[in-house]
Amino acid sequence: MRSVAEPTLQVTDLRTHFFTRAGLVRAVDGVSFTVGRGEIVGIVGESGSGKSVTGFSIMGLIDSPGRVVGGRIAFRGKDLVALAEEDMRKLRGNRISMIFQDANTALNPVIRVDTQLIEAVRAHRGVSVDEARGIAIEGLKLVGIPAPEKRMKSYPHEFSGGMRQRLAIALAFVNQPDLIIADEPTTALDVSIQAQILHETQKLCRERGTSLVWITHDLTVVAGLADHICVMYAGRLVESGPVDDILDNPQHPYTCGLIGSIPSVNSRKKRLFQIPGTAPPLLALKEDCAFRERCPRASKTCAKAPPESKLGPRRMVRCFHPGSDGDDRHPAPAGRRAGTLPQ
Amino acid sequence: MSPRGNELVQMKGVSKRFDQKVDPVAWIARTLGSRTGSEFVQAVDDVNLFVREGEVLGLVGESGCGKSTLGRMLAGLIEPTSGEIFFDGRNISDRRNGDSRKLALRMQMIFQDPFASLNPRKRVKDIIGEAPRVHGIVARDQLDSYVEELMSKCGLDPAYRNHLPHQFSGGQRQRIAIARALAVKADFIVCDEIVSALDVSIQAQILNLFMDLKSEHRLTTLFISHDLGVVEHVSDRVAIMYLGRVVELADTEELFGNPLHPYTRGLLDEVPSLDRRGVQFAAIEGEIPSPLDPPSGCQFHPRCPFASDICRKVAPQSIERHPGHFISCHHPPTEQREAN
Repeated sequence: MRSVAEPTLQVTDLRTHFFTRAGLVRAVDGVSFTVGRGEIVGIVGESGSGKSVTGFSIMGLIDSPGRVVGGRIAFRGKDLVALAEEDMRKLRGNRISMIFQDANTALNPVIRVDTQLIEAVRAHRGVSVDEARGIAIEGLKLVGIPAPEKRMKSYPHEFSGGMRQRLAIALAFVNQPDLIIADEPTTALDVSIQAQILHETQKLCRERGTSLVWITHDLTVVAGLADHICVMYAGRLVESGPVDDILDNPQHPYTCGLIGSIPSVNSRKKRLFQIPGTAPPLLALKEDCAFRERCPRASKTCAKAPPESKLGPRRMVRCFHPGSDGDDRHPAPAGRRAGTLPQ
Repeated sequence: MSPRGNELVQMKGVSKRFDQKVDPVAWIARTLGSRTGSEFVQAVDDVNLFVREGEVLGLVGESGCGKSTLGRMLAGLIEPTSGEIFFDGRNISDRRNGDSRKLALRMQMIFQDPFASLNPRKRVKDIIGEAPRVHGIVARDQLDSYVEELMSKCGLDPAYRNHLPHQFSGGQRQRIAIARALAVKADFIVCDEIVSALDVSIQAQILNLFMDLKSEHRLTTLFISHDLGVVEHVSDRVAIMYLGRVVELADTEELFGNPLHPYTRGLLDEVPSLDRRGVQFAAIEGEIPSPLDPPSGCQFHPRCPFASDICRKVAPQSIERHPGHFISCHHPPTEQREAN
């Protein structure tokens, strides 16, 4: 990791809320993190934790009834929240790009691959069609698509799932952005194809100094890929820090539980640690700690929202009872009820 | 190879082929002499497997390798094209056979998607209680208490017995599906990716529940998954499938400690885990070939670093390298070293 004067991305107290008919959904509520140049940051969380909405907020892709209601997203010093839509368009796909979970929705099914790539290049750079074609072919080569000149003439449906995700990555990398937001790009892929995609992305980022935010539910993927991990729960960042700190010395009971619940060589045939219950519905969030109902360390103090405690320059935990004690990881009693019904 | 006593389920040379329906245009083209290839998918190709009583056999493979088709045949949902399946010593390959219908009750399947596998219009008590009522497993007046007992056993509050599936979360629905499989007192359960649609913390809950029930009911299980970590956690033995064939089969510890097939080795290298930090991801080259047009000989040869001429021509036979460790490869590791 290089030392950085000005981080590529600095998100401070980001709050994105959805004003739905059923009520206010605080999908992202006070999230702060920093991405240095060439750094890979993993955002980990379960469904509904707000990790994707965080990514969409950075890209300026939040649609009504949602809105970024507070906070700052500083991209190389410039606040993206305050930016006019027109200026945001100039950045999007150029300096910042996104790789989506489903490559099918990222690519236009009725337009040939070459047209889509050339359009992406020409939208942001004043080059001729032929030059743009050259850049596009170069991009396809970089992500490991065989015979790029020939495949350029194909439509997205003529590619396999893994190849289509490579196309989406080529599209994201083609303008040599400073920052890429990847939203679960390998979740729908097989293990061997996932490894290929991780390999290509990692190589591109290391070679070009591109910063990467990798959003995923899979802690094991970011363990191998990221420099820094942010753990999200119910719209809030509960813990963040360097990879080794988070995985070897987790402080938040949720992070401890997540790590304990992953099957590993040592857990063979034993009971896994299980976090009881399910994540709370975001509509019914109260002011207390959202993890309280499922937490083995919960006490009366947890009725208030826990503040962030700094444990180091880039190490944070949001809990009244931090600690990485092994007590939490003893198996839960058999036959424990699976929480209450979400209404 | 006759059953050696404790094998509950056995497959002998089982294959499944799905033929594409010939549409009129293709039929005319073919009769006029056009050489359009025959369209079929060899989903499962000559598989020999057995599952011992009380054992969990893990079945691992990537999408399209035929692992779900194999599971469906074992659960008796579809018939094999050729080969024989024995359950408790009796042939169940032919579904028209009245005997195999009776046996079907003892084989249950739990599916991947808990949103699609439960009837949305039925209440939980009917989803769980209908089959035991119809088959006379419990008396009508005891049905309610029977269902309640199953629900509590599976970690569901019996107070929710009148709820509909949409009122439950994914993990809870999977609990209902497990209770439904247990309700008919099944001996053999096929679990097809039962945790892959769930969040990590919920996945741990369901895996724990499964392990508890398994030891309590002495369930024999075929556990299908693409997640090697999960399979390693629950299985006694593991079979690795690639494009319709079983390429390696061994005890869990042996397979993960001493993998012999190049595909298995590649897969194990690629599994991300918490202990592998900041790794340089390397990958098996190439893609999974289309099962419509599988490669000749050994199907893994286009992606295999050790492939030679014989691999392109001849499909390798399954050999027992160590007791209980089967592998289908022309160049298993030691031979490779001698050749160099």
